[in-house]
Amino acid sequence: MDWMAWTLPTAIFFATIAALLVIFTILAIRFPETPRRGILRIETTRGDRLFITLLGSAFINLAWLGVVEAYQPYALIVCLVYAAAVFRWV
Amino acid sequence: MADLTMEAPRSRLRINSSAVVMGLYLLFLMMPIYWLVNMSLKTNQEILSTFSLWPRNLTLQNYVTILTDPSWYMGYVNSLIYVVMNTVISVAVALPAAYAFSRYHFMGDKHLFFWLLTNRMAPPAVFALPFFQLYSSVGLFDTHVAVALAHCLFNVPLAVWILEGFMRGVPREIDETAYIDGYSFGRFFVKIFMPLIASGIGVAAFFCFMFSWVELLLSRTLTSVAAKPIAATMTRTVSASGLDWGVLAAAGVLTIVPGALVIWFVRNYIAKGFALGRV
Amino acid sequence: MDKTVNHKAWFLVLPVLALVAFSAVIPLMTVVNYSVQDTFGNNQFFWAGLEWFDELLHSERMWDALGRQLAFSAIILAIEVPLGIFVALHMPKRGVWASFCLVLMSLPLLIPWNVVGTIWQIFGRVDIGLLGHTLDKLGIAYNYTQDSLAAWITVIVMDVWHWTSLVALLAYAGLQSIPDAYYQAARIDQASRWKVFRYIELPKMAGVLMIAILLRFMDSFMIYTEPFVVTGGGPGNATTFLSIDLVKMALGQFDLGPAAAFSLMYFLVILLISWVFYTVMTNLDKREGV
Repeated sequence: MDWMAWTLPTAIFFATIAALLVIFTILAIRFPETPRRGILRIETTRGDRLFITLLGSAFINLAWLGVVEAYQPYALIVCLVYAAAVFRWV
Repeated sequence: MADLTMEAPRSRLRINSSAVVMGLYLLFLMMPIYWLVNMSLKTNQEILSTFSLWPRNLTLQNYVTILTDPSWYMGYVNSLIYVVMNTVISVAVALPAAYAFSRYHFMGDKHLFFWLLTNRMAPPAVFALPFFQLYSSVGLFDTHVAVALAHCLFNVPLAVWILEGFMRGVPREIDETAYIDGYSFGRFFVKIFMPLIASGIGVAAFFCFMFSWVELLLSRTLTSVAAKPIAATMTRTVSASGLDWGVLAAAGVLTIVPGALVIWFVRNYIAKGFALGRV
Repeated sequence: MDKTVNHKAWFLVLPVLALVAFSAVIPLMTVVNYSVQDTFGNNQFFWAGLEWFDELLHSERMWDALGRQLAFSAIILAIEVPLGIFVALHMPKRGVWASFCLVLMSLPLLIPWNVVGTIWQIFGRVDIGLLGHTLDKLGIAYNYTQDSLAAWITVIVMDVWHWTSLVALLAYAGLQSIPDAYYQAARIDQASRWKVFRYIELPKMAGVLMIAILLRFMDSFMIYTEPFVVTGGGPGNATTFLSIDLVKMALGQFDLGPAAAFSLMYFLVILLISWVFYTVMTNLDKREGV
């Protein structure tokens, strides 16, 4: 495991993603998903929206780093807004 | 009848223009390959001294060099070993998975299917470095197993997608009848289902073989001496000193042979295989 | 296409899951770990935060490679897709000649990528290659190892040679699915060749063409072996595409941190395109299912 060079922040990062996956799996068992059509005109389920959120957040963070160049954690606020928007309208 | 006679001259004209287009296109495709074969049949001296469209002194010396020199022919042996290993592993694990995807809905099936696709699409360049670290740390560096497993990254997803494409064409009623007749899943799968999708298995195996055979980056990164593939042997010869064009060309011709041998059998499935079974 | 719900099917997927997790998830996690650290050899790692991402996002090196990559993908798509359709329209519909064309066209697709490079490396050389020699005799200055334009043209022609057949074969498969009745109807209506193409053939090919375009885009986006063998990324950096640059960084200089950050960003783009690809494909499947 040495060669993988774990650090605490990356461990937390992966733990968060794993936790999200577990939560969404439990949600999917408790409240079965029904696909719907949003503004993207494609059918999405809750899991799809999670994926769109995570992928979009990655790009938002990169854009923040490359273009806005402000304090990085603020980007997470943008991501939360984006996440809410995705889950509401996509 | 009148319709036919009217049609004849026009269609013949069209066939002719098609023949010209196809002729030119095939000429464009074949020319570089012909040149490679041409080179492989010349001596290095002839290649460098005279420019000729066909070999003046036909020689098989280049092929003899490759087939008698272990540093050359072991490249083919190494490649074949890991390619065959990879093909067997990929198809074996992909068969049940593809069946599950083609027949059942289960929790997260779509996401799993998508995740497999991302691995087929992943650039080997991204994985080269971590693979190198991973296989070095577990002591598999420079072994055939390492390359075979590394190629599973894109070949397992490929096999799953192709097999799923073939399996969805088989009516579900066959499964149900077999289960009613008292077949267990295992027996049904091997005795009835696999013969039905035999061509699909063949196509999947062919594509796994091919994508593993043509890959250079991962196989070169994960090997140094003992399992060095032919592709790496070729590039290293170029960079070192060996501007022995004749031998290089002959080595190239020999790598085309496996594909050329089976091409006739898969000709109708090439499009389907590349399109991940979706055509 | 009505599938039964059966969560036990998970057991059938487990082997694949285990294998791909081993060969995809662990390396990706490693890449994430490396991307936030600095190393001075021998597995001594130091926390670097987002420094590498910051550096790469502001470095010309990556943007230039990305620009070249996009230009390359755009050019080969612009050539291969129309050419592929054009060839498919002229392929014999059935009989021995159809098989003959299929076999010959498939041949370049099955050649190992490094050999494709070798073929064009030899073919394009002024002293011993047919193409290079002919151009030279015609008085056209052409040297792909020194002139970046010539290098670009060589790499593009090579890719066209290598992959146009794939587009053609896919388009051909789409054409084969058109019933003869459609053509007869068009003949009765005295539709022009263009109208037949526009209103009968193109809509029927749309699905497979979409697949072909996405496949070609993906594969050209991660092209490594062929240009590496022919030009080695040169002259200078003229044909250094994303993968070539990444390998240079990761395995040539062994800069684990920057290479990992580069890999991650590269992979994110790939994820995005894969998602588009998947969405398009499932929608196509649905349309066919109706």
